[in-house]
Amino acid sequence: MGRTFRSAAGSLKPMKALVWHGTTDIRCDTVFDPTIEDGRDAIIKVTSCAICGSDLHLYDHFMPGMKAGDIMGHETMGEVVEVGKDNTALKVGDRIVVPFTITCGQCPQCRRGNFSVCERTNRNKPLGDAAFGHTTAGLFGYTHLTGGYAGGQAEYLRVPFADSTHIKVPDGIPDEHLLFLSDIFPTGWQGAVQCDIQPEDTVAIWGCGAVGQMAIRSAILLGAKRVIAIDRVPERLEMARAGGAEVLDYDAEPNIVARLNDMTDGRGPEKCIDAVGLEAHALGAVDAVYDRAKQAMMLETDRAHVLRQMIMVCRPAGILSVPGVYGGLIDKFPIGALMNKGLTVRTGQTHVKRWTGDLLRRIEEGQIDPSFVITHTIGLEDGPEMYRTFRDKQDGCIKVVIRP
Amino acid sequence: MSTMRHPYPTRPAPGRGAQAGHQELARGLGWFSIGLGLLELAAPRGLCRTLGLEGRETLVRSYGVREVATGVAILMSHDPTPWILGRVAGDALDLATLAQGFDGDREQRANLVAATAAVAGVTVLDVVCAQGLMADKRLSPPGRYDYRDRSGFPRPPRAMRGAAADFETPPDFRVPDALRPWRDDGAA
Ligand SMILES: NC(=O)c1ccc[n+]([C@@H]2O[C@H](COP(=O)([O-])OP(=O)(O)OC[C@H]3O[C@@H](n4cnc5c(N)ncnc54)[C@H](O)[C@@H]3O)[C@@H](O)[C@H]2O)c1
Ligand SMILES: [Zn+2]
Ligand SMILES: [Zn+2]
Repeated sequence: MGRTFRSAAGSLKPMKALVWHGTTDIRCDTVFDPTIEDGRDAIIKVTSCAICGSDLHLYDHFMPGMKAGDIMGHETMGEVVEVGKDNTALKVGDRIVVPFTITCGQCPQCRRGNFSVCERTNRNKPLGDAAFGHTTAGLFGYTHLTGGYAGGQAEYLRVPFADSTHIKVPDGIPDEHLLFLSDIFPTGWQGAVQCDIQPEDTVAIWGCGAVGQMAIRSAILLGAKRVIAIDRVPERLEMARAGGAEVLDYDAEPNIVARLNDMTDGRGPEKCIDAVGLEAHALGAVDAVYDRAKQAMMLETDRAHVLRQMIMVCRPAGILSVPGVYGGLIDKFPIGALMNKGLTVRTGQTHVKRWTGDLLRRIEEGQIDPSFVITHTIGLEDGPEMYRTFRDKQDGCIKVVIRP
Repeated sequence: MSTMRHPYPTRPAPGRGAQAGHQELARGLGWFSIGLGLLELAAPRGLCRTLGLEGRETLVRSYGVREVATGVAILMSHDPTPWILGRVAGDALDLATLAQGFDGDREQRANLVAATAAVAGVTVLDVVCAQGLMADKRLSPPGRYDYRDRSGFPRPPRAMRGAAADFETPPDFRVPDALRPWRDDGAA
């Protein structure tokens, strides 16, 4: 909740952080430095952090569970400056990337590598149980449903369960190449891995934000025959093409489902990835207007336009992979098509640490450089403005890195 | 690691960095405001005598307060644009006040002409600065930036297809064999 550290006595120093105050109201405030609260903690001095599409769901306030005063941010890296007494895995001076999913490393889910559903790190377990039936992992800067932990868009970050929640990275590689191990690179990767890609596969990817871009590269690396990417922002489509995708502009193509069927001999893509999430946009489509209205009346929380397209167009026995975030309820869900076509649906917040060892090696070997996606580098004080620019996709903005 | 590229070039927030010239100008104008304001506060009588504006000392002192406040606001604020616009309005007031002094003696008139010219010059700078700040914040239309070189791959994407073939899909992420894709033999 970004405020717990204030209860700690002793000499509290001020630091700058991006703080959520309400719908589209994020400010660069002066708050207290975090302090060690538990023996497994560590404090890092943040050297780089990023703004994510997930943060936009909080900025626009479509995800429930934020409170005024919460510090934003879950894509963070930095240098360890303080370590709790029980944390033998880290020492002062270590350079780490912080996975956005907080993991205990010991519970049955963590032991299976299902880190994003760790059973112990959500300190607001009852809220998580109420919202999702069962608690999921604690997340940085991402609502009180997942623990209400202070985020990393700040000068310092307390990392709870830090002996397990970290990725050590070597010196000598710039932050830009490594930062996205915290979230979007493994998220795009898991989005593609969930498709269990075969050499014959056509993979259709909705959304060419940072997550979509990483999913495109991952699908290519994993050997997809064709990758078709869908968005409407010219710069994003161009970047998708640069990564090896054929692109569809949904502004220019009124019927994406028909077009995808045309491109695949009428059978549809074998694999579909939703890298858009609950703010899916649609031009004049009947269901889109319906969703927007119901969302406004609080009768549903999420817009499902992309999910519906995926279910309808996917080849029977195909796979839907959903890294795009949803928070609550949708309706007009074509369960008939989903069931009768025997589709497999794979979803989830990313099990970051499950993939990062392998992905770090691929970065070191030069197989991919995730920094291609960064369009803006700013200081914390420009954060509030850049949230708006990023949300509105202005100034060619695709990914913002903050250097506190 | 030898293959690692330098990170791709990035931009600062709109209105920052390379276009920071207008921000610098704004800071200069902020300091100028404070200097002039302090002078107006410290020596209103001398100023009025020099310019043939006797009897307007209180007014000049209030202008001094305005100048200092605006200057401090420019230097302290994250976005000085509204304060620079405020300066433009202040310049108009100054010019109107100076225009009232033209019935003084010959020496005062010469001083007044010089002062009016100076204020007019600063007004031009204020207008240029305000326009520049506003233009810097105007965002480019979509499609302006060229991302064609941003593949993230060391070789063309075609050559990267399947480069991660060494990756083994974990068993819990594998599709059950019965649902594995059919070999597409082209007999559609
Ligand atoms: N599963 C995870 O762990 C995880 C991690 C990070 C992000 N995410 C989620 O992934 C999603 C994408 O993140 P991002 O950072 O790329 O966000 P982003 O907002 O930058 O990108 C979303 C893109 O979707 C496009 N879009 C909107 N409506 C569309 C439609 N109908 N069809 C096709 N494209 C459409 C937008 O134009 C935009 O380019 C978000 O929902 C985010 O919360 C999930
Ligand atoms: Zn994220
Ligand atoms: Zn766990």
